[in-house]
Order: sequence, then C-alpha cells, then structure tokens
Amino acid sequence: MQFDDEPLTGENLPILEGHCSPGRFERVLRAGAFAVTAEIAPPDSADPHAVYERASVFDGYVDAINATDGSGANCHMSSVGMCSLLTRRGYSMVMQVSCRDRNRIAIQGDVLGASAMGVSNVLCLTGDGVQSGDHPQAKPVFDLDCMTSLEILRGMRDQSQFLSGRAISHPPQVFLGAAANPFAPPYDFRPLRLAKKVAAGAQFVQTQYCFDIDMMKTYMQQVVDQGLHEKVFILAGVGPLASARSAEWIRSNVAGVHIPDAIINRLRGAQDQAQEGVNVCVDMINQLRELEGVKGVHIMAYRQEHRVAEIVEKTGVLQGRVPWHPAIGSHTPQEQPTENAP
Amino acid sequence: MYRVRYWSIRNAWWLSHLYRLWENFLVALHPVWQWIGYHRVEKVLEPVEGVVKGFLFDTHSCGQCTLGSTGMACPMNCPKNLRNGPCGGVRADGSCEIKPEMTCVWVSAWEGSRKMRDGEQAIQVIQPPLDERSRGSSSWLNTVRQRVQEQSAGNNAV
Repeated sequence: MQFDDEPLTGENLPILEGHCSPGRFERVLRAGAFAVTAEIAPPDSADPHAVYERASVFDGYVDAINATDGSGANCHMSSVGMCSLLTRRGYSMVMQVSCRDRNRIAIQGDVLGASAMGVSNVLCLTGDGVQSGDHPQAKPVFDLDCMTSLEILRGMRDQSQFLSGRAISHPPQVFLGAAANPFAPPYDFRPLRLAKKVAAGAQFVQTQYCFDIDMMKTYMQQVVDQGLHEKVFILAGVGPLASARSAEWIRSNVAGVHIPDAIINRLRGAQDQAQEGVNVCVDMINQLRELEGVKGVHIMAYRQEHRVAEIVEKTGVLQGRVPWHPAIGSHTPQEQPTENAP
Repeated sequence: MYRVRYWSIRNAWWLSHLYRLWENFLVALHPVWQWIGYHRVEKVLEPVEGVVKGFLFDTHSCGQCTLGSTGMACPMNCPKNLRNGPCGGVRADGSCEIKPEMTCVWVSAWEGSRKMRDGEQAIQVIQPPLDERSRGSSSWLNTVRQRVQEQSAGNNAV
C-alpha cells in the first residue's frame, strides 16, 4: 500500500490535516483500514543486521512494528536503537517507552531524539517490575507512570514544551499509544482506566494477549457504551501459542496473561500443536474483527515471528492491501532533496 | 500482615469523612500555624502524620497524599509506585504481580473508592507525577497551605 505523497525511503510522509504524526500507521487507521501491527524481539547484539533480519519477516504484512523496551525487565537492544535503525529503512515503528528504567528527564529526551530519527508512534507503558527479569538487583525507577508519561508527551507535542515548561523549538510529532489489559482485575475498573488513558492523551491502544473472546466482548461492550471506541483506535493483542506446555508456562509465569483451559485443551488435543496455535490465533482474529470498536490487531509472536505472515494471510484481514515495506521502495523523486545530496 | 490496611479500605467511607473534618480543622487553624511558623509545626506534625497514617494505611510519607482519590489505599505501596491505576500484571485472584502475598493496591483502591462519596469520580482524576522534593514532608500541612492559597486566590479574583 502506497500513498500518493510517498517520500524517499527513510523519510516521513507529510502530515495531513487532523493528523498529528507523519507516519503511515496513523494514516492507515484514520483511513479506516483494519490495521496490523507486530512486535519485534530486540537482539542481544550490537549488530544492525540482526535488527534488519528480524524486521524483514514482517515485510508486506504489518503496518507498524513495535520495538519493545526491555520487555519482561530483561536486557536487550534499546527501543530507541532499534527504531533508529529501522526508521532509516522506512519502517513505521511504534517505540515502546517503559517507565521502569528512565526518569522524566531521560524519557523526554529519548522521545525528542526518536522523533528526530523518524519515529512517528510512541507507546507509553508502565513496564514490568525488575523482579521478573534477568537483573532483579536493579533499581526500579518508576518516576512516571504510563498515564503521566502520556500527558507529558502530549504536552511536548501540542504545547511545544517540556514538563518543566521550557519551550521546545520543534515538537516531536508523534501518534501516542498505550496498552490495555482487559483480562486482569479489577475487571470493572479496566474500561475506566482506558478512559483515563484517553483523557491523558492515548490515541491508539494495543491490548494484552486475547485468548478469551467472551471477556473481550464484555470489555468492548463497556468501552463502546462509554463511547471510547470513537476516541481511540483499539488494536486487540493476539499471538500464536507454540504448544500446550508453553501455554501453561505463560499462564503461570507471565504476569497478566489469561489463557482459558479450553484453549490449552485444544492445543493438547492437536497432532501439530504449533500449527494448532496458529489456527487458534487465526480464529481469534476472525472473532475480534467482528467486534465493534476493534480497529486492528497487534500480533505478538515471540520466537514465532516467522508465523505472522501465515496468520495475516489466513485471516485475510488486509483485504488485498499490501502494507508498505522497503522492497516496495518509494516513488522516484522528481528532484533529489538537498539534504540527501552528498 | 496487611490486616490493618485492609480494614481501612473496608472502612474507607467514614475514614474519609473523618479526614475531611480533620483537614477543615487544620485549615481553620491556619493563622495559628502561621503565628508559630509552618516549619516548626511541620517538625511536630510530620512524625504524627507518619505514625497515624503509617499504622492505618502503611503510607510512605510521599508528601502528596492521594488517599482521598485512591479509596484510602496508599499508591506508594504499589511496587511500581503507580499513582494512576493498576498495571496489567495483576494476578487473576487480585494479588500483586511482584508481591503475590499482597492484594494489588489498585484492587483495594477500587474497592475503597466505591465506598467513598464521589470516590468513583476521584479515582478518575489524573494524578501528576510525584515531586521528589516533597518526600518526608507533612502532606496535611501541604494541603492546608494549598487550600489557603486557593482561597486567597479566589478572594483576590472576586
């Protein structure tokens, strides 16, 4: 999918009226298309090619790629680093910003830097506790939380100022996102929490893994009743489970992931459990896309990234659309922009 | 271990009323505090506040108390110090991801808020990030100073 005003690879699109970012992701959502995003696992390596390879498996199947920020409190390449590398190739990135490792000074500085590097989407997260990662001895920062970081970044963008009030000469033009977990207590507070995030500045939301469609329906009903689905683009989180055993492990060890017994039994009964995991994911997407207010899916296929293409293909959610990727390239420019001149 | 804290949540309704009376009393005594000097009063009141609230709510003397907006659950007991709602890691039984032996502070906050007058609206207010400089100061006196300032600003506006 290419827009008419597609620039050179690695450069951002012009910002349209009513949009706040120069990114493709916001364009796709505002154009009313069913969006697909995926999560890239950052390498434990300083090799840029490791990043390019990991991104290329999604080529043509996703509208944006989330770069995680020390997910699970484990140390990996930073989200700023990943985004810097991939935006240079033209990828549409969602930079995840966790409040666990950086204070307000660092977060604001990183977002300015990332925006300068071409990042158009920022996802504000609280972050996992340090206890769950490979450095449990670390000092948890949590100077901000996802709510206050959303507010601060919105202020940077819309008021052109830092939290301190000091002016920013060129504001970061970013589309702001947040996470939501409809599957963790207190359940009846969760839609209100989403409302609070929207009030703080969230424009899109990616949810935790959805394996329980009934719970999601209840949540979405409350969201629609509040009219939130008209204020925020909701992308439901999904992912393929590798096996019944891994599903059980995730259920008991990954905080906030709810997997019903029925799903685990379905996997256990299958001959090829990994394939059944894909089928479960495809079925889930097909049910989710029917829900009012769900504007896309966020596929988290940790260590199964190669299966994302198959999942997207089988669901047909793209409806023949091919999201931009570097192989499509860009329009041949009429004249070489001066900044690209040697 | 958290018995008193949970009791306070269950009794959030009248505790919040009691606090409101106490706050009004402190505000009324503003001229007295001014005469003595706030920094002197602080020396006496801060430890008292620490003991009383520490006993009832396991508070941490952050200096910017939000108990009135968080159903009488101190958000500083959250291992992530979340002041605006629960993270996504709350266990299915409502316990904390990091401290499984403790009920999630925000599960408690939601329970307490629903008992309080206007609690469901108050919990929706976005709390600003903590000002680290006010840690260890008396939140009671900070509130009094803020309210007196608001009152005088209101009077000036009239």
